[in-house]
Amino acid sequence: MVLGSVFAVLFYLAAIILVIGVASRGARYAQTPAPLVIPTTPAPLTRTGVAARMAREVVFFESLFKGSKWTWLFGWLFHFGMVVALARHLRYFTEPVWWWVAMIQWIGIYAGMAMFVGLTGLWARRLLVDRVRYISALSDHLMLLLLLAIAGSGLVMKYVQHTDIVSLKAFTVGLVTLDWQPLPADGPLLIHLSLVIALMLIFPFSKLLHAPGVFFSPTRNMRDTPREHRHIAPWARDLPGAGPDRS
Amino acid sequence: MLKIEFETPPLGELLTTPALQRDAMAHSRPFVAKPEHQQGLGFPGKLVDDWQDVALAKMDELLGKYRSLPVFLDACVKCGACTDKCHYYLGTGDPKNMPVARQDLLRKVYRRYFTLAGKWFPRLVGAVELSEDLINDWYSYYHQCSECRRCSVYCPFGIDTAEITMAGREILAAIGMGQKYSNEIIGKVHIIGNNLGLPEPALANTLEGLEEEVEEDISVPVKFPLDQHGAEVLLVTPSADFFAEPHVDGLIGYAKVFHQAGISWTLSSYASEAANFGIFIGNYENMQKVAQRIRQAAIDLGVKRIVVGECGHAWRVAYSFWNTLIGPFDFLDPAYPVPQHICEFTYDLLQRGALKLDAKANDDKVVTFHDSCNVSRGSRLGSVPGGQFTIPRELIRFACSHFVDMAPDTIHEHTFCCGGGGGLLTDDLIELRVKGALPRAQALQQVIEQHGVTHMAAICAICKSQFSKVLPYYGMEMDMIISVHQLIGDALVFDSQH
Repeated sequence: MVLGSVFAVLFYLAAIILVIGVASRGARYAQTPAPLVIPTTPAPLTRTGVAARMAREVVFFESLFKGSKWTWLFGWLFHFGMVVALARHLRYFTEPVWWWVAMIQWIGIYAGMAMFVGLTGLWARRLLVDRVRYISALSDHLMLLLLLAIAGSGLVMKYVQHTDIVSLKAFTVGLVTLDWQPLPADGPLLIHLSLVIALMLIFPFSKLLHAPGVFFSPTRNMRDTPREHRHIAPWARDLPGAGPDRS
Repeated sequence: MLKIEFETPPLGELLTTPALQRDAMAHSRPFVAKPEHQQGLGFPGKLVDDWQDVALAKMDELLGKYRSLPVFLDACVKCGACTDKCHYYLGTGDPKNMPVARQDLLRKVYRRYFTLAGKWFPRLVGAVELSEDLINDWYSYYHQCSECRRCSVYCPFGIDTAEITMAGREILAAIGMGQKYSNEIIGKVHIIGNNLGLPEPALANTLEGLEEEVEEDISVPVKFPLDQHGAEVLLVTPSADFFAEPHVDGLIGYAKVFHQAGISWTLSSYASEAANFGIFIGNYENMQKVAQRIRQAAIDLGVKRIVVGECGHAWRVAYSFWNTLIGPFDFLDPAYPVPQHICEFTYDLLQRGALKLDAKANDDKVVTFHDSCNVSRGSRLGSVPGGQFTIPRELIRFACSHFVDMAPDTIHEHTFCCGGGGGLLTDDLIELRVKGALPRAQALQQVIEQHGVTHMAAICAICKSQFSKVLPYYGMEMDMIISVHQLIGDALVFDSQH
């Protein structure tokens, strides 16, 4: 029960830091004006068009596809493997398990493998391509190691050393319902959970901010309508050059 | 005088990615602005004593004024998609010319002073203090970026290195390390009204000379009006158009179009410059002050429309920023876009059948088109996205029968900077300019060999100056580069019915 309590407290703490950290970063982005109209053109002329551009960027990694096919392939495998694997994990937090979560259980396993392959490919590029090696800091390698270890420890529990899934589910449902339960003391499980907590803590202070950041990127989220709509930042409105006669 | 020795890179295969050559361009740095160039723009004359504090305070200020900065500095995951996209990297192999590495020169300082990770674990995340060596790296490598935005096309988060370069340069100017070339030019515009420092009498004289020359040449009294009150159109064009080759042939082309269309127009001696180097140094106030002269001239001359001549960054500033900086334009005729590009203007006339072109006049040419970076990725022509690619090409096709495009990954949004944009078109950076032109020279060489291309048309004064200077280094003729409106002007049929 001590183990369960420790992990429960850590999870709550990590969740609070993750949410507050990302929200405050997002608030900072949202409050900082983009004083000039700077979409990378050709750019959409309408808000719907911008939403479509952003959707293509976030779902298909459109720009990355133009930039580097290998990075796109590995990056996409990793990210969408992760999304599906995360969705698969919803079965630990819902009782009864939602129908669609039950349906994707079998894909979830392949998704975990895709994640692993994608991360391995990304790390191989980081190590083998001289240009990418040059721009990598220690943290860039460690981030991949962390994610690989999370995916790896997850796969180990599926294929090598099963964990007590019934007790685990009691623990996770207990987290959600604020009814703390003991946590099975299995090595791979404790490693898996500890690394996930570490990832949640690191998220708001690292390059993982690219996830909220992309939505605030002015080269991607602005319309190409500077002639039709006057765009002006509050700080620029007050400049002497703005002139007294202009709104 | 200045003598820089270097080797022109071999043309080689199109877009070969070079191996890293550390510090290959560490020696490249433009002249630092003199006190008089700095002070006229509101910057300290020389390096201030507490430059570290001033630089960090400026960075803090910019982080709060430009959303692009915190987002771009936080979001980069070092995926490497941009690493082989910059023409200066492709031409030099210097790893600090990879866009992400160029950003990192500023990002590692940002991390050290403005992020928790960098304050607590600087080594882990590659955060460093702002040292003298680093500020020198800034000066060197933020003047090896032409702010062309090519890297931003491929970045999964749309990180635009131009924004980082502009911030870097603004901080440098704020501590007294501005760049001579750009700042001297901006100073001239503030005082005289154009980049060249050409005063009104000299400009009037030049224009009179052009009138005589054109009338002698084609026996049509084409006018080049200056400060003509009540004209329909104010034409604002880069001052290189007044005398530089091949630019002036473009200006003659605009004048012929106005003449034949029967639309009254004028140049302004007060605002005799479309270029706005304020964008290059990333300084909003100077950019606004330069643009303000054009608004004033339009009001004073009582025109109904503003048309902008062939100039890449000028068009980005005019199209994307003018309404913000000096709008609203409620004193102009709302029936026309403000501002209007000369290519839009001519294209519109052609669509309406108001002009007649005879492509035979250019039958001796096989033409390709160089998309200028600021037009391609920082603005638009016409009413649909991508008009900046189709309209100039259609104009060329109207004016000549033989047109071919260069390789697909070197045109449209993928186009390469000429190598001289972004305030780098100065002799003290000639090595960088030659090497940075490599990708375009490779693509041009390919169409010369495969299609017998004789000319490359462009709609940018910097591109034109840059190519006429650097193409000979690659064994090509300097007069290969021409204005789109030269082709138009030469093909224009003068017909008294209009």
